Amino acid sequence: MTSIAVSTTINGDDVEFLCRADETLLDVLRNRLGLMGAKEGCGTGDCGACSTIMDGRVVCSCLVLGAETEGREIETIEGMANGSDLHPLQSKFIEHAALQCGVCTPGFLMAAKALLAAHPDPTEKEIRFWLAGNLCRCTGYDKIVRAVQDAAAEMRGEGT
Amino acid sequence: MRYERPGTIEDAVAMLAQASGRSFVLAGGTDLLVRMKSDDFDADLVVDIKAIPGMDEIAETADGFAIGAAVSCAELAENSALVSAWPGVVEAANLIGSTQIQSRCTMTGNLCNASPAADSVPALVAADARVRVIGPNGTRTISAQNIPVGPGKTSLEKGDIIDAILLARPQPRSGDAYLRFIPRTEMDIAVVGVAVNLTLGADGSVQTARVALGAVAPSVILSEEAARTLIGTKLEAAALGALEAACSAASIPIDDKRGTVAFRKQVAGVLARRAARIAYERAGGK
Ligand SMILES: Cc1cc2nc3c(=O)[nH]c(=O)nc-3n(C[C@H](O)[C@H](O)[C@H](O)COP(=O)(O)OP(=O)(O)OC[C@H]3O[C@@H](n4cnc5c(N)ncnc54)[C@H](O)[C@@H]3O)c2cc1C
Ligand code: FES
Ligand code: FES
Repeated sequence: MTSIAVSTTINGDDVEFLCRADETLLDVLRNRLGLMGAKEGCGTGDCGACSTIMDGRVVCSCLVLGAETEGREIETIEGMANGSDLHPLQSKFIEHAALQCGVCTPGFLMAAKALLAAHPDPTEKEIRFWLAGNLCRCTGYDKIVRAVQDAAAEMRGEGT
Repeated sequence: MRYERPGTIEDAVAMLAQASGRSFVLAGGTDLLVRMKSDDFDADLVVDIKAIPGMDEIAETADGFAIGAAVSCAELAENSALVSAWPGVVEAANLIGSTQIQSRCTMTGNLCNASPAADSVPALVAADARVRVIGPNGTRTISAQNIPVGPGKTSLEKGDIIDAILLARPQPRSGDAYLRFIPRTEMDIAVVGVAVNLTLGADGSVQTARVALGAVAPSVILSEEAARTLIGTKLEAAALGALEAACSAASIPIDDKRGTVAFRKQVAGVLARRAARIAYERAGGK
């Protein structure tokens, strides 16, 4: 199988890579670019552990072909913190103990980031529906919802 | 497997028509990529239609809406004209998967995947949607209902691509609605899905009705018997009772771990009654 040359933008940087036609964006991130933040929980769109943002929308990177990302803008968890300054969502996840094993966390953070960009003041119901495609085996979800609510308040300038 | 991203529909059709082995159109990939990962799947060619100009647009025409085949279901909800014209179609499309899936999945992909449980399909059929098919022998417009012919099977031929779903401008005093039953509150496959589309007369009685049932047969059912129970009524108790019975009778579901035949038949009736009420209210009926 011949390789396809792809030019894309990842976390603001121009990136070029070669991939096979059947390789997913998740495969490319993890196996070719060394970006190990996105996780493979299922590979079939069910768990959300591989969530990344493409052209402003959260997607399962396991259901995007690497070749499809030509000319697109990709955001991954690696671009979330600014140097050593954590994003408010990251800080609040730590503060609320919204993670245990952490496998689901990058996916939740990317999905939550897209949520707050679209809806800065979501209700609890909106948060739960938006994050329904992200599964967590450890936390029971409640702490995650609280962390997202708290981060949203901080990002609106209503510090708690 | 080869991946191609042609810039014109003519090139896309030619690639598919000339492909020697198995070839697939790629829209959102939320069905196709899942299938690609199974061991018994093999494709020689995948043709990504998302770079073809116009495919990602919802065009408002004199007749209604032309929804490009690459428009994601998330984008449907962001088009207020479409939401107010066809709220049932949009709510059905928005039930597909999660936020992540919504960013990518398309109604055309939902239709062409030909799952008996596809959520947007009963709503499209109730709305009398048509699809524009471009193939090696030119362009034709056919009823969306005629695309799926059985589980995983469509009437499309080699080289055919749907470039848009066409929805008419709704009649005055009309409304549509879709409801499904799933064991969870989200992220699950319909055990039964029902769509109803009604147009009322000036006196508030139902003039035309279309009732479509999903997940209760190998492909979507458009039940004329069910529609007839509503014509001339204002959805009085007797009419809704007759609708419920007609929908249960029209359903020929399978038994599986997600629902028995008896359960699915009963739920088809119950959902039809509820969807009819919502459609009636959206049409301005009281
Ligand atoms: C986690 C998850 C949850 C899901 N939940 C639901 C759900 O709740 N309800 C539901 O109905 N479905 C669900 N699905 C299935 C899937 O998301 C939908 O069927 C979706 O609408 C498919 O659209 P797509 O654009 O991604 O299709 P693709 O995967 O791109 O294509 C699907 C099929 O249609 C063909 N095709 C696509 N576009 C065209 C075209 N323009 N012309 C000709 N052929 C074409 C492809 O070749 C392929 O065979 C789910 C899937 C996942 C992974
Ligand atoms: S790994 Fe992509 S959704 Fe589970
Ligand atoms: S923290 Fe372990 S899966 Fe969520």
